[in-house]
Amino acid sequence: MSTIKSEKGFALAKYLLVGMFFGIVLVKAEVISWFRIQEMFRLQSFHMYGVIGAAIAVGMLSIFLIKKFNIKTVSGEKVVIKDKEFRKGQVIGGFIFGLGWAVTGACPGPIFAQIGIGYTVVIVTFISALLGTWVYGRLADKLPN
Amino acid sequence: MENFIEWISQPWPWYVAGPLLGLTVPILLLIGNRSFGVSSSLRHVCAACVPAKIPFFSYNWKAEAWNLFFVAGIVLGGVVAASVLSNPAEVIVAQSTQQDLRALGITRFENLLPSEIFTWDNLLTMKGLVFFVFGGFLVGFGTRYAGGCTSGHAIMGISNLQWPSVVATIFFMLGGFAMTHLLLPFLMRLSGF
Repeated sequence: MSTIKSEKGFALAKYLLVGMFFGIVLVKAEVISWFRIQEMFRLQSFHMYGVIGAAIAVGMLSIFLIKKFNIKTVSGEKVVIKDKEFRKGQVIGGFIFGLGWAVTGACPGPIFAQIGIGYTVVIVTFISALLGTWVYGRLADKLPN
Repeated sequence: MENFIEWISQPWPWYVAGPLLGLTVPILLLIGNRSFGVSSSLRHVCAACVPAKIPFFSYNWKAEAWNLFFVAGIVLGGVVAASVLSNPAEVIVAQSTQQDLRALGITRFENLLPSEIFTWDNLLTMKGLVFFVFGGFLVGFGTRYAGGCTSGHAIMGISNLQWPSVVATIFFMLGGFAMTHLLLPFLMRLSGF
């Protein structure tokens, strides 16, 4: 896992705030809507493609600027981003996640936001997702990867 | 102030929401050198609660506690968005999508999620089994097997020019298309639509 020093106690509260910001935008953009996900997979609206595309564009520009100008974190550390290694899981697991995305209308982030806006039954989806994660962990060394 | 609340209570267009979501990437990097990603939170919860001596869950999850604070924040963000900033109008779903979904048996489009599926009443029915239990399992299993989800791969990974993340994102989309067009009609009939 990460080699970056871990924070404790009050220092973690800032992530709660960033999560709140992220959650509010997810809801206000309606990207947590089951209907919006259906629109996307039926190619009947540009909305989701616009949201994801614009998010990637801003993320890409930010990382480019951070690397180019060697921008440090607020505590003065060098920004470290681990490279991703190619594994078969990105193909097989990715496809399986896609199947689930279209059924639940949610990726992991939106699951939390759906619960927050009052669809408490999505807690069941969350518990099932935990179970899915656990079963993957249990089988990890037996699956092609 | 009232005008402002009214104004931000409208649904946000993609060119506002997308860039704001993208800003999560530099914010997390700069406030704590954290790589954006949500699905690892599921792994941390498993590691914290039911590690069962499985190597995949034997690591110091406390060092990743920031991720659990982040997802707790997402829940709170949902609460705020639904209370303070809630949109009084109906959700706008493309006419063609409404038509396709009507053909599958969905008739109500007034909320963010179809009220014919996402209720506690459906928990112990085929609807619940398909849409919450089975769907949720695929999301959890798939994202962990893929090593990330829409946030970790599609946004963070591609932003950092990682080609494995491009591959993962392509397969997320392929899975979604396959479900929507090939399997969903069958699953909806099976669950009584």
